[in-house]
Amino acid sequence: MKLSLGPILYYWPQQQVEQFYQQMLTAPVDIVYLGEAVCAKRQELRTADWLNLAAELCESGKQVVLSTLALIEARADISGLKKICDNAPCLVEANDMGAVNMLAERKLPFTTGPSVNVYNAYTLHTLYQQGLQRWVMPVELNAETLRAILQDAAAMGFADKIETEVFSYGKLPLAYSARCFIARAKNLPKDDCQLSCIEFPDGLMMETQEGRELFTLNGIQTQSGATYNLLGEWQMMREIGVDVMRISPQSQGTQRVAQRFADALARDQQPLTLVEALSEGEQCNGYWYGKPGKDVVIDGVV
Amino acid sequence: MELVCPAGSLPALKAAVDCGADAVYIGFKDDTNARHFAGLNFNDRKAQKALEYARTRGTKIFVAINTYPQPAGWQRWTQAVDNAAALGVDALIIADMGVLGYAADRHPDLALHLSVQGSATNAEALKFYQQQFGIRRAVLPRVLSLAQVKYVAEQSPVDLEVFGFGSLCIMAEGRCYLSSYVTDESPNTCGACSPAKDVRWSETPNGRESRLNNVLIDRYRAGENAGYPTLCKGRFVVGDNTYNALEEPTSLNTLQLIPPLSEIGIKAVKLEGRQRSPAYVEQVVRVWREALDTYASKPQGFAPRAEWLEALDRVSEGSQTTLGAYHRSWQ
Repeated sequence: MKLSLGPILYYWPQQQVEQFYQQMLTAPVDIVYLGEAVCAKRQELRTADWLNLAAELCESGKQVVLSTLALIEARADISGLKKICDNAPCLVEANDMGAVNMLAERKLPFTTGPSVNVYNAYTLHTLYQQGLQRWVMPVELNAETLRAILQDAAAMGFADKIETEVFSYGKLPLAYSARCFIARAKNLPKDDCQLSCIEFPDGLMMETQEGRELFTLNGIQTQSGATYNLLGEWQMMREIGVDVMRISPQSQGTQRVAQRFADALARDQQPLTLVEALSEGEQCNGYWYGKPGKDVVIDGVV
Repeated sequence: MELVCPAGSLPALKAAVDCGADAVYIGFKDDTNARHFAGLNFNDRKAQKALEYARTRGTKIFVAINTYPQPAGWQRWTQAVDNAAALGVDALIIADMGVLGYAADRHPDLALHLSVQGSATNAEALKFYQQQFGIRRAVLPRVLSLAQVKYVAEQSPVDLEVFGFGSLCIMAEGRCYLSSYVTDESPNTCGACSPAKDVRWSETPNGRESRLNNVLIDRYRAGENAGYPTLCKGRFVVGDNTYNALEEPTSLNTLQLIPPLSEIGIKAVKLEGRQRSPAYVEQVVRVWREALDTYASKPQGFAPRAEWLEALDRVSEGSQTTLGAYHRSWQ
């Protein structure tokens, strides 16, 4: 089982981003995704900076993948995407079918992120034929569906030609909008958002009127309020045929999560359970068991 | 522009046809379509009747098979495609690449439209679907501004259809799992958002409360209008403020955009609302037919008439309408 570090989904100052990846060079992760996957207006690192950072990290021995935007609407989004596809020193993660098309046209191999809708092996096969090397399962799917998709892929003869990755730790990316909910929270128009996301290195919590943490606002992205935690499922994932488990960066504690998990993997132990709170705040794992995503299933019981 | 109208029942379909729809879109009675609600949609016999009614009056029928099948249900989707093809409908509206591939292989002459649930917001994505599956038309998600619609239209290899009126998703369609995070159903998996089976209303000392799978969505004071607890339209707490943190309950209304959309080259306008009543469909289709005809006969100086807007406001969610993402200020 390999460990990956997903792209930073929040907006951090350039220095913090660079420090983060310096630290991660020594963290026990095999694959590092980087790049802006949420909002094109975030420019602490411009496309050229991400390309340079990717080139530097490539020399570290880790597999580096450049991630791209999930929602591609404007002319500038398209030109940014072209720049990445034409210049990436590494694999590119497509988070939109526009990126898939650009990479396929260039005959470049690619990976897909969790916002590309792969719900069955026929879809996966279409992407495989266009150059897909690895895919991240959409977060709302469950273990049994994944098992069936990979069995179908095996029957179709391509399961061993691709890798499967599961979003396994972090705030779940749940939705993308035309609207910016951080700008809205600050009563600013989106066109003049003042890049306010930078004030919220782990997003902005949205609670119900009863004080329950429901969603995390992150610009145009809405994430889960609770931290999704499937790290304890790694033996089942291995059995199903998952190759990579993804940890999604938070501003604090990401390296510790990776380290603890890697230690447990090395000792072939059941590493981390939901009960051991690894971070502050709520945790959940419902999607993996075919329940509402927010649910907590422990020993088969919600 | 072609007027594409919703129907969740035979009476609604007849209303749409009678009031001047150019095409009516319907779904079958299962989770293969994105309005999988109890009591709604068409079995084979009803679909046959719908087709006959529409055909004799020169109206097209599109069938939405626009959810995402998982392995366990795959045959339901292929069956839906085969049924629609056997009926001889005018087009299928599909989101999933697997289903698109199946339809393109088995029924190469049948027109395929990429559903809004396919979430293609740019021309590069449209090229992919056109090259792989030969789609002839795509419905654009309701996240694009007018300038962005124009940009996509300039590059698009296929005809485009946009939403003109109805409930407003603020999230990019096909990319929203809020509903399955709170309940066990989402538009992608089951064709349902904030499903009715999980809705509970209660009167409490704090006011009337709406809940979705026990999560408090909104709380209303006496005399306040209470709306259906769609997740993204509730009032929540961010920092010290309690407000519609994601979206107010409003409807999309773009009558005034008929001229620019038409000039951009948009092929069709879609009205949302397969879950709505025949009376709703009749009202909305009538107004839109008249507006499009008025524009066609005299494009110069076109402006929505007050009586059209009043008629649409009366049936709108929250009795408020907005231009949605087409207008930058909304974003």
